[in-house]
Amino acid sequence: MALIDTINPLLTTGWSKGDAGWSLKDYEARGGYAQLKRILANKMSSDDIIAEVKKSGLRGRGGAGFPTGLKWSFMPKAAPEKYVVCNTDEGEPGTFKDRDLLRYDPHSVIEGMIIAGYAVGAARGYNYIHGEIFEIYRRFEAALDEARAAGYLGQRILGSDFSFDLFAHHGWGAYVCGEETGLLESIEGKKGQPRFKPPFPANFGLYGKPTTINNTETFAAIPFILGMGGDAYLNLGKPNNGGTKLFSVSGHVNRPGNYEVPMGTPFAKLLEMAGGMRGGRQLKAVIPGGSSAPVLPAEVMMECTMDYESIAKAGSMLGSGAVIVMDETVCMVKALERLSYFYYEESCGQCTPCREGSGWLYRVVHRIEHGEGRAEDLDLLNRVTDNMMGKTICALADAAAFPVRGFIKNFRSEFEYHIEHRKCLVDPEVQRMGSGFFKAGAA
Amino acid sequence: MVEIEIDGKTLQVADGSTLIEAAHQLGAYIPHFCYHKKLSLAANCRMCLVQIEKVPKPMPACATIVTNGMKVFTHSEMAIKAQRAVMEFLLINHPLDCPICDQGGECRLQDLAVGYAESASKYGEEKRVVPDKNLGPLVSTDMSRCINCARCVRFTAEIAGMMELGQSFRGERVEIMPFNGKTVDSELSGNLIDLCPVGALTSKPFRFSARSWELSRRKSVSPHDGLGSNLIVQTRRDKVMRVLPLENEDINECWLSDKERFSYQGLNSQDDNGRLTKPMVKQGGEWKEVDWNVALDYAAHALRDVAKTHGGAAIGGLLSPHATLEEMYLAQKLMRGLGSENIDFRLRQSDFSADGHRHGTPWLGMKIADIGKLDRLLVVGSFLRKDHPLIAQRLRQSAKRGAQVCVLHSADDDLLINLEARAIAVPSQLPAMLAQVVKAVAELKGVATDAALTTVGAGLVDVNAAKKIAASLVSGGNVAILLGNFAQQHRQAATLNALAQQLAGLLGGRFGFLGEAANSVGGYVAKAVPGAVNGNAGLNAVAMLKDPRQAYVVLGAEPELDCADGAQALAALGKAAAVVVLSPFKSQAMLDYAAVLLPVSPFSETSGTFVNTEGRVQSFHAATKPLGETRPAWKVLRVLGNLLDVAGFEFNTSEDVRAEALGGMPEFVSGLDNGVAGVAPNLTASANGLERVADVPIHFADPLVRRAPALQQTRDSAAPTARMNAATLAKLGLVAGERVKVGAGGTAILTAELDAGLPDGAVRIAAAHADTFALGAMSTVLTVEKV
Repeated sequence: MALIDTINPLLTTGWSKGDAGWSLKDYEARGGYAQLKRILANKMSSDDIIAEVKKSGLRGRGGAGFPTGLKWSFMPKAAPEKYVVCNTDEGEPGTFKDRDLLRYDPHSVIEGMIIAGYAVGAARGYNYIHGEIFEIYRRFEAALDEARAAGYLGQRILGSDFSFDLFAHHGWGAYVCGEETGLLESIEGKKGQPRFKPPFPANFGLYGKPTTINNTETFAAIPFILGMGGDAYLNLGKPNNGGTKLFSVSGHVNRPGNYEVPMGTPFAKLLEMAGGMRGGRQLKAVIPGGSSAPVLPAEVMMECTMDYESIAKAGSMLGSGAVIVMDETVCMVKALERLSYFYYEESCGQCTPCREGSGWLYRVVHRIEHGEGRAEDLDLLNRVTDNMMGKTICALADAAAFPVRGFIKNFRSEFEYHIEHRKCLVDPEVQRMGSGFFKAGAA
Repeated sequence: MVEIEIDGKTLQVADGSTLIEAAHQLGAYIPHFCYHKKLSLAANCRMCLVQIEKVPKPMPACATIVTNGMKVFTHSEMAIKAQRAVMEFLLINHPLDCPICDQGGECRLQDLAVGYAESASKYGEEKRVVPDKNLGPLVSTDMSRCINCARCVRFTAEIAGMMELGQSFRGERVEIMPFNGKTVDSELSGNLIDLCPVGALTSKPFRFSARSWELSRRKSVSPHDGLGSNLIVQTRRDKVMRVLPLENEDINECWLSDKERFSYQGLNSQDDNGRLTKPMVKQGGEWKEVDWNVALDYAAHALRDVAKTHGGAAIGGLLSPHATLEEMYLAQKLMRGLGSENIDFRLRQSDFSADGHRHGTPWLGMKIADIGKLDRLLVVGSFLRKDHPLIAQRLRQSAKRGAQVCVLHSADDDLLINLEARAIAVPSQLPAMLAQVVKAVAELKGVATDAALTTVGAGLVDVNAAKKIAASLVSGGNVAILLGNFAQQHRQAATLNALAQQLAGLLGGRFGFLGEAANSVGGYVAKAVPGAVNGNAGLNAVAMLKDPRQAYVVLGAEPELDCADGAQALAALGKAAAVVVLSPFKSQAMLDYAAVLLPVSPFSETSGTFVNTEGRVQSFHAATKPLGETRPAWKVLRVLGNLLDVAGFEFNTSEDVRAEALGGMPEFVSGLDNGVAGVAPNLTASANGLERVADVPIHFADPLVRRAPALQQTRDSAAPTARMNAATLAKLGLVAGERVKVGAGGTAILTAELDAGLPDGAVRIAAAHADTFALGAMSTVLTVEKV
């Protein structure tokens, strides 16, 4: 797997040594913790830091794309007890960027979180790490030990008045705990179920206290933004789409992996960086922003640039930047069945539309895939998704609905073929050829 | 206040209100399942989705806070579409078993399905099946019907105080369940049945016995603890089928304790220990069923003979504190007509030294609803959760809002209330402990301490605990001291009363009594206490048993279980020449000591009045006709009065009796005053040896609840044990689980059990139980030895 192949490496500059480059020593050698030292030495004001982040155009990298500086500015100044929480509950199928960030450069996240703590006035932070990547959790713990030993964490950091401590917390792999309030509930030791908002975490967060919660990649970008300045960071990308972004490219490409490119890079360029299509086969479809983003057909995707607006205009979402590439060997019904099963399995079950609807969707898609589809099923699926969307506490119901709508909209004929002929449009032999278990041409 | 518009109507609502509250204010109904005004917001059922102007998505009315100028549409196309969508989802996995479901006819899902669902389902897949759970003898489950609104989960955590139910698993596989191997043991568990909007949680005793539309509904009042919960008694063909709460925010809110909800089963008890349905007289040692006129003549003759031969003072009257005001009033009038001043309803009380020194009728000292406004509380001598489940519930909510609750008691039972401080001492030291609190408060207030208190043996009690309580009490603005059943039954109840009065005075707060029984206040109002009419002439409940009478009139009580010293009561009754019993129930003991048994109506079969612990007059009508030849006790007493030629017995209705007893029909009785004068605190008493801590288990407290089978199967009804802390067990060379012989007045063989919440030297043995009544006094020293 390609470790990096970037145009302008920024977040991934430290990844070149692979597993040998994560330590504090390496990070400092790359200029790590310089921004924290500068902030503390100059007693930079919280407002100045937030202004710089606002200027950078950094938008939340977890998927929703909310402006980070604005989010920080929501934190009440006077509250005595506040928290900073990092969301590394990376559970969206197709997404694996935060895993590698913590694996290869954990200190950038730690420094970003300390700076965030300084900016919003929090004395305590948690990094919630997905409960299936325990080696990453251990890596992060090791990095925390280093940072503590070096005086970057704890009481009166580097002799300043600022105290901040940071803890790692791992979940047990529930997708819904990646929803920020579900994550907070989980840290509190409760069942991971999202809370009704408002109140938002900035007012009522962890243990009911004001909390800033950001994605891992967002925190990792902070030291770089402060290093180069907000304007310079913004200029790396497009207006309102500042900086670079990690894209997790998976599927039928020759070199799946994480790629850091400036926002606005054409998809074609990203595909080329990932080594192009495997076996020289034809691109069929791309899910551009993690499994909950609507799928886009090849011809639409090839016209897109990788930024929030372009992808949204094409009818999907940039989301977490998980690019799932599918070639001509993929049966779209089977692909959707797999995705629908995921959401059916991962719904937390509290809201009626999601609890009941996610299972309904999966069962109908499953029936179609298994040759028991009915003529009215596609309309039924659209109706059920319509009834689910926008009617629940969190966005999981929408996440379950989007793929169904996207697949049917863009590949309707394939579903109709399935229902009518009770079999796949794509020959099963061809499907097998495309799956990673068989070398191209081996069949 | 903010101004909003709902469906075109403008209204003013309080800041921070939710949309659903605002809609209620307008009288508009927004369909909902998970929302409940007494529970935290869940916003999970999504049934209450409405449209709000400028908001792209439908919003849940239950969780959306109003803002000024908000325009809400509850019936717009978007709102209706969203509501119908949710209803469809709710129904796809819901079994279509309404014809065999107990909730049928009173099911919110059924009702709303009529308005919001299609007539046929589009769901063609397999339906979900969820395994049922065992929640205990009261609540039955059909979990496939569950819509996961989680009201039940929130109820156990927030109202009952312990999260006994949870939602396990996730997605479509979520299940509401208790902890592994556990049942729901809360004394408030029956409320789950009311809260469940579908037929997932139904009443185990009631289920499959009637359809809701077959039942007649009668308002009534709970005959159990002093709260006087308002009831809806549901009957079919003159049989009480079930009891539900009648909402009254000032009293029981929308709740009932399990005792109040399920005790109705006792009304229908038919075994040897069950309902007495025919008048009976004992002739030559043989019981004979007779006509009423024979029985009444017999009773009248017996009483008249004793009065003539030995004088009226040879007769004693023991009245149940659960009897109605009318019954007590007529009973005392009858007794006094016979020339006897020996009449009492305070059967479990053992210290009467405050009699003659009271300023008025002892009561709660405040309105029940005012409990929630207190910010500092001291509860003295109370098994609060079991003696007053719904008052405990109010305190639980108060504590959550920031009120500080302190406890001074002889057992540290988990009240499921966050306590600020607690002081646990053996019964004989409770007065000294309370005196220490008084002393500490006086010191904190800089007030000179009563000379008597400075000498209190500080070495005997935990002074620091008392100081901590005092610190809490003086820090508040609205303080009260509440004396529980245990304090009222205490050997030095008058001392505790006087100390509480002193403490309340120092704090500028209030003090009061948690009324043990439905008519603990009403008994005083009815003058059913010695001295109420003729000075201090008569014998109280203890004195008339200690010094046995020739004859007794027993109304509604089982003295061997309901008196402070059951063994003494049984002995006295056994020796009497004539015992006239008016009772809805029979028992072997009664057959032994009584001469005549007059079957009288329980609360459900008579009109009457209870005066609750806050002094509120609550009258009720009969819910059913009297069972068999049972007659309302007020009628029986009225006829007995006539037969005995007692003046002033010309009542035609129970309302006439009430009017005479109350001098009108006030909402609250007058003359309520907890003050005592001239009661010198007696702080010298100490006990030598092991002290009994006697609780009255919740489901043994009165004759009716003792006969309710489902309640008797709950964990709260487990057989009494001899509970001690580890130090006491060790000192006696005992191990928990061993059988021990307990000796006091009599003996009992019990199992020793560890109870870390007891003070050293205390042995907790429940009273009001057949296994333990032989021990005699509730308040006593005892011996414990291995069998």
